Amino acid sequence: MRGGAFPGICLISAAGADSEKRMGIPLEPIITTKNLTHIYSRGTPFEHTAIQGVDFEAYPGEYLCVIGHTGSGKSTFIQHLNGLLKPTEGTVLFEGQDIHGSKAFTHSIRFQVGLVFQYPEYQLFEETVRKDIAFGPRNMKLSPEEIERRVQLAAQWADLDEALLEKSPFDLSGGQKRRVAIAGVMAMQPKVLILDEPTAGLDPDSRAEVMANIERYRRTMNACIIMVSHSMEDAAENADRIFVFHDSRLELRGTPAEVFCHSRELQDMGLAIPKAAQIALRLRDMGMELPEGLYTNEQLKRALLQRKGGAGLA
Amino acid sequence: MGQYFPGDSVIHRMDPRTKILGLVIYIVALFTAKSYASYGLMLLVLALVIRLSTLRLKMLLKGMKPLLLVIIFTAFLNLFFTEGEHVVFQVWKLRLTIEGVRTAGFMLARLVMLIMGSFLMTYTTPPMALTDGMERLLNPLKKIKFPVHEFAMMMSIALRFIPTLVEETDKIMSAQKARGADFETGSLMQRGKALIPVLVPLFISAFRRADELAVAMESRCYHGGQGRTRMNVLVMQRRDKLGLLFCLLVLAATIALAVFGL
Amino acid sequence: MTNIIETQDLTYSYQPEEAEEQIPVLKGLNLAIKPGTFVAVLGHNGSGKSTLAKQFNGILLPTGGKVYVDGRDTADDRLLIEIRRRVGMVFQNPDNQMVSNIVEEDVAFAPENLGYPSEEIRIRVDEALRVVGMYEYRTHAPHLLSGGQKQRIAIAGVLAMAPQCVVFDEPTAMLDPKGRAAVMAIIEQMRQEGTTVVLITPHMDETGRADRLVVISEGVIVRDGTPQEIFRDVEGMRALGLDVPETTDLLYELNREGCNLNLGALTVEECAEELFRAFA
Repeated sequence: MRGGAFPGICLISAAGADSEKRMGIPLEPIITTKNLTHIYSRGTPFEHTAIQGVDFEAYPGEYLCVIGHTGSGKSTFIQHLNGLLKPTEGTVLFEGQDIHGSKAFTHSIRFQVGLVFQYPEYQLFEETVRKDIAFGPRNMKLSPEEIERRVQLAAQWADLDEALLEKSPFDLSGGQKRRVAIAGVMAMQPKVLILDEPTAGLDPDSRAEVMANIERYRRTMNACIIMVSHSMEDAAENADRIFVFHDSRLELRGTPAEVFCHSRELQDMGLAIPKAAQIALRLRDMGMELPEGLYTNEQLKRALLQRKGGAGLA
Repeated sequence: MGQYFPGDSVIHRMDPRTKILGLVIYIVALFTAKSYASYGLMLLVLALVIRLSTLRLKMLLKGMKPLLLVIIFTAFLNLFFTEGEHVVFQVWKLRLTIEGVRTAGFMLARLVMLIMGSFLMTYTTPPMALTDGMERLLNPLKKIKFPVHEFAMMMSIALRFIPTLVEETDKIMSAQKARGADFETGSLMQRGKALIPVLVPLFISAFRRADELAVAMESRCYHGGQGRTRMNVLVMQRRDKLGLLFCLLVLAATIALAVFGL
Repeated sequence: MTNIIETQDLTYSYQPEEAEEQIPVLKGLNLAIKPGTFVAVLGHNGSGKSTLAKQFNGILLPTGGKVYVDGRDTADDRLLIEIRRRVGMVFQNPDNQMVSNIVEEDVAFAPENLGYPSEEIRIRVDEALRVVGMYEYRTHAPHLLSGGQKQRIAIAGVLAMAPQCVVFDEPTAMLDPKGRAAVMAIIEQMRQEGTTVVLITPHMDETGRADRLVVISEGVIVRDGTPQEIFRDVEGMRALGLDVPETTDLLYELNREGCNLNLGALTVEECAEELFRAFA
């Protein structure tokens, strides 16, 4: 990582994170970006650098979280991974090949790297849920049988029963709509599934269901999940690795434990770190000695109990 | 079209009503003009206003581009279908006459000046101010039950939501592209069909927004134009009165020129 | 003192298209809100909390029972303007609350509707924009601002009516953490200045600073008390399918290990102090 911003503390190298992932089995990254830079409206007074010099790699089966506040560049970043945006500089490789190598390859990447935008229920348009989920597979020019098979599978992943498939997507509840929209991307069976704030605006139950759907897809397909979120809590809970964007750069990366060593810096970037991490920071400010990198209630509880040598306190 | 370029010229600072009325008078004058002298006067007035507005001529000409075809077509019609004695040449049914050349030339000049005049108004006035000015100018029509306030409110809400809906269209298009939708290739028919996955969500969203907006407006005590006041009241300044007087003088001059056949 | 909002046996049901039966949303609610208090209303999606919010200023009318705003019956449509100027509403999506593409003209919308003279509107608009910290943006176009900034303008648009009470209907649902924090700070400030605040929210974290917490489930009030009292009952809340704040959860788990901590410490600061006392 670029150590410049946070000298001296809890250094995590990109190589370290990779080697950990590769332990035992030599895996090839499924997506790699090299020196990825995107400048909007280049050469006009509105010129704006959205991301610069991003080196990133993701492996099959990995659960990654991309974190950053609005305008940090994270949305621009993910739109490069499926070729919707073209880099101003640098390259995006899918299984080692430049995704902008040929027009046909760029188009096929859309199906290999699925992208679920924020509030995806707003793109539903078909008369029935079944037809809407089939939209992606239909664009892949698959046979009708294969399309139907994929719709069935996607419905299973997203926990949508047969009766629901015949309904109009506009008659569903908010949580169901969201799951239908996500199923529409899963039906393309992408090897990489990117989701931008998939739980935004949902209540706790629907949130848990959506997260379970995503996990089910990851396990069955050994897919790589890249989740974009403001919520550090979601990231802490699910991610193998976390990538933090700030001011158009990839500032921090590592396992949750590694990243939450930087709780204070994360807070200064305007990110909402987990409550447990906030409490730990506060306690340390008050003069209590606690280990670094605590980010769940469970960890904080253990650390506190350890101070008093277990239970039995007044 | 309908674009606004912020600035601080005397034209920018004028009351929108002055600019609307000024434009109307200018257009009437344009249609009164019949002679070289009067067209010359119209051109002079236009040049003066462009100068005062500090807008660059290039910007005005650029705005004309989309209308070029219409202008050429009109000129062409006038060129060949004007009755006249002095035939220059005739090919099949197309007959070029001296009178035709003259009419076409005038028509061309009239159209170009008319469009430029309109651009001068929209380029120097924020759209909101224009609807505001329009509402106040049309106020007398309320007497004959014309819904002036509702009309103006509709206009300003439309203006408010255009950028929002444009942004939304972009978002939906990206999302459908991510599901493999193709908007760039295929026949006209296919491309039209490809837009359904964009238009349906766009309409649904527009209706939802309209519903929510109506509730929000009611919550802020909106109950039509009755008893409604405004924060920014339009006031005619000295420059507005002078401007209008000038426009009227120009009109009088063109009428005089036409009457005396000059 | 008159309650600013009072519901008496409030019921509300609606009839969906092509359906015979009415669907009940609110089933007999009695709720009285005193002036100057900060009341949070917590509930799941579909619990009826947003429907309840729309009853507070006569956007929806009761199908049974009564709603009074500062003593005025919302069912009397001659009183609607008087009711709406007293109870302002801020909604979820800031984009869909704005009528003008100039910030200050948008904020002026309500006082213009109320027919104030233009000098007074100007004073109210400037003041409201200062309260939400958006005065420098008064001539900007809202669509170029962030979600949080837009929501602050929407709040200013309501404050410009000088309402006695402001009802916030999930005001942070579409905002990022920064915008969320800014909106919560404005709510806190308004409460200190004596405006009655009703905050409808699905987020427990946002209820911690309220004077009073009302929990709604399936159209009825299931809990009513201070947030501290209500969240202390961790098992009871979970039985209702609701959760408790992370802070309470941490203290609760520690108590299960034999500690004796006060579960009423809801904010990060209070929780840290409680832990510091026990563990330092």
